[in-house]
Amino acid sequence: MLTIKNLKAKIETSEGDKQILKGINLTVNPGETHAIMGPNGSGKSTLASVLTGREGYVVTEGEVIYDGKDLLELDPEERAREGIFLAFQYPIEIPGVSNVNFLKTAINEIRKSKGEEPMTSVEFLKMMKEKAKLVNIEPEMLSRYVNVGFSGGEKKRNEIFQLAMLEPKLSILDETDSGLDIDALKIVAGGVNKLKSNDNAFIVITHYQRLLNYIVPDFVHVMYEGKIVRTGGKELALELEENGYDFINDLKENAEI
Amino acid sequence: MENNLKENKTGIDLTKKLINEFQSYQSKLNGDASGNLNKLRMDAMSVFEKTGFPVKKMEEWKYTNLSPVMNHDFKFSSDLSDSDITQADIDKYIFSAGSVNLLVFINGIFSSELSSVISNNESIFIGSISEGMTSHKEIFDKHYSKYADYNNRSLAALNTAFFPEGAFIYLKKNTELNTPVHILNISDTKVNSVFSQPRNLVVIEEGSKIFIAEDYYSAGDNSSFTNMVTEFYCGKNSHTEHYKIQNEDERSFHVGMTQVHQEQDSHFSNTTISWGGSIIRNDLNSVFDGTNTESHFFGLYLLSGKQHVDNHTLADHKMPNCFSNELYKGIIGDNATGVFNGKIMVREDAQKTNAYQSNGNILLSDDATIYSKPQLEIFADDVKCSHGATSGQLNEDEMFYIKSRGIGDKDAKSLLLKAFVSDVLDSIKIEEFKVNIEEKMEMKLKNILK
Ligand SMILES: Nc1ncnc2c1ncn2[C@@H]1O[C@H](COP(=O)(O)OP(=O)(O)O)[C@@H](O)[C@H]1O
Ligand SMILES: [Mg+2]
Repeated sequence: MLTIKNLKAKIETSEGDKQILKGINLTVNPGETHAIMGPNGSGKSTLASVLTGREGYVVTEGEVIYDGKDLLELDPEERAREGIFLAFQYPIEIPGVSNVNFLKTAINEIRKSKGEEPMTSVEFLKMMKEKAKLVNIEPEMLSRYVNVGFSGGEKKRNEIFQLAMLEPKLSILDETDSGLDIDALKIVAGGVNKLKSNDNAFIVITHYQRLLNYIVPDFVHVMYEGKIVRTGGKELALELEENGYDFINDLKENAEI
Repeated sequence: MENNLKENKTGIDLTKKLINEFQSYQSKLNGDASGNLNKLRMDAMSVFEKTGFPVKKMEEWKYTNLSPVMNHDFKFSSDLSDSDITQADIDKYIFSAGSVNLLVFINGIFSSELSSVISNNESIFIGSISEGMTSHKEIFDKHYSKYADYNNRSLAALNTAFFPEGAFIYLKKNTELNTPVHILNISDTKVNSVFSQPRNLVVIEEGSKIFIAEDYYSAGDNSSFTNMVTEFYCGKNSHTEHYKIQNEDERSFHVGMTQVHQEQDSHFSNTTISWGGSIIRNDLNSVFDGTNTESHFFGLYLLSGKQHVDNHTLADHKMPNCFSNELYKGIIGDNATGVFNGKIMVREDAQKTNAYQSNGNILLSDDATIYSKPQLEIFADDVKCSHGATSGQLNEDEMFYIKSRGIGDKDAKSLLLKAFVSDVLDSIKIEEFKVNIEEKMEMKLKNILK
């Protein structure tokens, strides 16, 4: 489904360019869940931004093939229509745009791109009600402006709710667990697990092992300074939980020798 | 006079034509010529003749140049043959099939065939000003030209000189009229370029309530120039909702003054929306002549191409304990220009004034321009006033978030722009009219984001 080869990317800042991704390799197949862990500042969110086409990030080397297409050639909205979804680490508030209107527009744009008829209001409302239950979203929240006045936890649940509505093929969850208490975490994880199938895939970016107790990954990757420095099964997450990122220091020392 | 005209090169020809037109109009008046009303006309004409059309060197006209207006061979309403605009033609301008009091003016001239008034009774008059000035002479004499001072305002003077075209609306004490009034102005430019000067008088007596939608269209390939004046008298504890919408085409020019006089405890709300027209200048002035009055000014300008829209407003706090709130928003694309000049005047006696003003702009292109100028003149010490102006582009983080859900660039912009102006549109309290406005906005946004 997704093949990332030797991906290098920099960001353009007012102080000049800054190389962040320094050669990422990753393959994700349908039905798989990949966890990406690693200390703050490793480049996890940057990878998510590059995969979804955010402006300001420049790919300097490498390629990303998604469903046989050159992903980096597509605009952000085209990537979304092809089935890529990002649950933002910091969801954006959009005053004046209601959740309902926002999602209805999104769904119908995606349908239009596939040559499908727009969803009727009745179908749409029915779907909203079902999916809202999945992540315990109050119907009242849906008529409010996108994320405006939502608590941190509500924003994260709203991201997963949007994910449920848009039914993407490849979902990237960027620290969806941060700021969630254990009950909210279980709700979010439960929602994600219900959405998992043999046809879709998840990349779960997280700082802590905790979430991975509930969303069990097939692979765990450790990212450090813009590279994936270790890959293993779900047990790697447990090892990291116990020993922390100590091995990274070892890597560093080795590098210094 | 000669000197002034020589200095003021703007529109010498048009000015001369207007002077001739005025003379020939006077010669046709016969017996009417000696009445008070005609004295007013002559006086107003002398004011116009002295100054002519406004020019950019006048502080109040610093950013708005009327000289492109002068290059057109306008016909005055007296020279125009009857318009062939039919019922079928105006259907597309009407926002409600249901109950509304409709006054139709073609080239400034009242069309009784196309108009339909359903609410008139002994407490309510909705009709042309030429009819109202006789049928309600006392009210007319008491209020007409008492608020729109034309000294130093040559365009208002010109309008006053060529009276009467326009609407007259009168609500007697304690009359609540929930059926809206729709004043529909169409410039029929199919054969000629048209010059029209609507003059509306709205008298809302104590304890009465009204909703008025005033909109402007042009139909045809020639140019139009509208110079309108509307006077409002808002009696004690009255409630007025007024909307002015400018839908003309890109060959149209519109200058206008809305002058409001507010008595104690009255509530006045205006929403001015400009998206049609080539050069527009609106003056909205409200004078608070009683305590505890409330005034709301909402505005929206949505500009593309080379459009130029200039909004000047004045909230004139003369008495204590009054409240004024102003919210103007602009979306400016292409090479268009917006001007916002909002003046809050708090006079010596106007203690405990609350006056707020805000002007927000989104510029969609590098060549779009906004001149935004708040003007606070405060002579009382116990007041709360604030103002703020912003201008910028669409927020990139919001744009990316929306696009990341599959929504394309134009639709994402459109969503954000609609959100940006939603608080202005929410000021429109006639539901059907609001829906109609939203549809028009959708079209205009498509055009701006093309
Ligand atoms: N927009 C930006 N401007 C400047 N620096 C940035 C920006 N985005 C990311 N960075 C920097 O890039 C590095 C990687 O950040 P990020 O991808 O957010 O890491 P992670 O998600 O793993 O914590 C950090 O050093 C961060 O400060
Ligand atoms: Mg991050």
